[in-house]
Amino acid sequence: MHLSRHHTERIAFVVIGLAAIVTAVPIVIVVGSIFLSGVEAVSWEFLLEMPRNGMRSGGIWPAIIGTVYLVVGTGLISIPLGITSAIYLSEYARDGHWTRVIRLAIVNLAGIPSVVYGLFGLGLFVLFLELGSSIVAACLTLSIMTIPIIISTAEEALRAVPQNFRVVSVGMGATRWQTIRRVVLPQALPGILTGVILGLNRAAGETAPILFTGAAFFLPKLPNSIFDQTMALPYHLFVISTQIPEMPIQIQYGTATVLLTFVLTMNILAASVRSWQRRKRQW
Amino acid sequence: MTSTKIFNGAHRNPLEFVVETLVRISGYSAVVFVALIFLFLIQESLPTFGEIHAGELWNQRWYPIENYFGILPLLSGSLIITLGAVLIAIPFGLMTAIYIAEIAPVWLREILKPLVEILGGIPSVVLGFLGITVLVPLVREVLYLPTGLTAFTGAVLLAGMAIPTIVSVAEDALDTVPNAYRDAALALGATHWQTIWRVTLPAARSGVLTATMLGIGRAIGETMTVMMVTGNAPQMASGMGSLFISLRTMTATIAAEMGEVANGSLHYHVLFSIGLILFLISLAINITASAVLFRTRRRTERLLS
Repeated sequence: MHLSRHHTERIAFVVIGLAAIVTAVPIVIVVGSIFLSGVEAVSWEFLLEMPRNGMRSGGIWPAIIGTVYLVVGTGLISIPLGITSAIYLSEYARDGHWTRVIRLAIVNLAGIPSVVYGLFGLGLFVLFLELGSSIVAACLTLSIMTIPIIISTAEEALRAVPQNFRVVSVGMGATRWQTIRRVVLPQALPGILTGVILGLNRAAGETAPILFTGAAFFLPKLPNSIFDQTMALPYHLFVISTQIPEMPIQIQYGTATVLLTFVLTMNILAASVRSWQRRKRQW
Repeated sequence: MTSTKIFNGAHRNPLEFVVETLVRISGYSAVVFVALIFLFLIQESLPTFGEIHAGELWNQRWYPIENYFGILPLLSGSLIITLGAVLIAIPFGLMTAIYIAEIAPVWLREILKPLVEILGGIPSVVLGFLGITVLVPLVREVLYLPTGLTAFTGAVLLAGMAIPTIVSVAEDALDTVPNAYRDAALALGATHWQTIWRVTLPAARSGVLTATMLGIGRAIGETMTVMMVTGNAPQMASGMGSLFISLRTMTATIAAEMGEVANGSLHYHVLFSIGLILFLISLAINITASAVLFRTRRRTERLLS
């Protein structure tokens, strides 16, 4: 049987359309079912109380606050380093052998499995630098994972600033650094912000890098210093859904809902910054 | 790089000099990190070979308590689960990318794109959690298996984690194909589908290949999801039939066992060796992927100039 090309087109489009539906529908189901089952477990007490009774009742406050500590600490390290690194690539580096090596390193760093970051953090920060399993070791480990994401998005944002802006600034007598700080950076800020949010989002949701570098199974009280271990939302979800027998399913869904809300809010924030910038900019 | 040309007579003042030095140093930070990770993995895995013969690693029995460190079950587990994930993720990922980039009406595109991005943002433990509570019982009942904690369950979830990477890279590649190509094909009388199949896809094939490679990299390196749903039994995988038994991956082994070993023990060093293998695999995948992209970009530039 020979199909006419229009029939072929029909069939191809139906198959491709179905594939897109099969991909998209489960996403809605996954997110929807977690929110639907979790929303009734979430209450102020659930959010703000300590876990009780072997984590089988009470709240998840220490895990929430722990994730906030980790995200803030990771940001403090990875944002300055990531942005300066992007400034180098976009504003200073010449196209050459070494620049290509840097780019290759960034691509590779972004592709390293998260558990390997965990091993590295254990070897370097926890054992070699003797920081112990602590918030600071976990933040350093997460930072190295976050930096390539920040570098590549920030570099793209810096490069998008038209060359004329730099030429005019230099023409008026500004130095290179003045040009970057007063002209290029402010213009690229929304794009950089998007990258920062996406990077920190990854840090908030990851478990494997903090397994051996700072995450605690259970702590009776909140950490006192950056050299203490901390609980964290993703690891807590892992613990209560695999390690504890007779764990009430409601608490598991509730924890998943809180983590998903946290991460999706950051995603939406990043997307809004991006679209706001597109509408606002004049070039 | 044009931006450097307009600045001559740099660092006239000390501030400028200090800033430039700092920026240059941090510019190389990524290289330093990759080198540090590589060196540490080597340093911590080398003692393995002082204590046991390398041949003992190339063995079918992983039972660390009695000093059996055969990594073949873990290696084969990782490979078969990744293969399963990729067999699902590549067709669905690529077709979704084609649909979004070439076929879907604008309003549908505006829904599908963020939806796939949401999938990419879901933390792996959340997917693993849903895997345990929903997918594992489903797999057991539908396929009449003794347990739903199988390699197949892991492969399905891993496909979900690889799809966003594949879709976004492939869609970018399709987007960068110049519209003139499509217009020319349509003007010659080709149907929309003929244009996609014979013109747009071949023009974007390097990007599509890169998308596939990065998807594989994402799947093989994923840890928490597979650890939660594959049952973690270090059995040898032999062929696609093994998808329906419990298997264990290299990543899950590190994550599950590293917390309990004594630092500096043989077991500790062997786990670092597995980490080194994972690092080298991801290095190979990423270098190949960027080499493909780099080579074809040059060719396209030559063609278009």
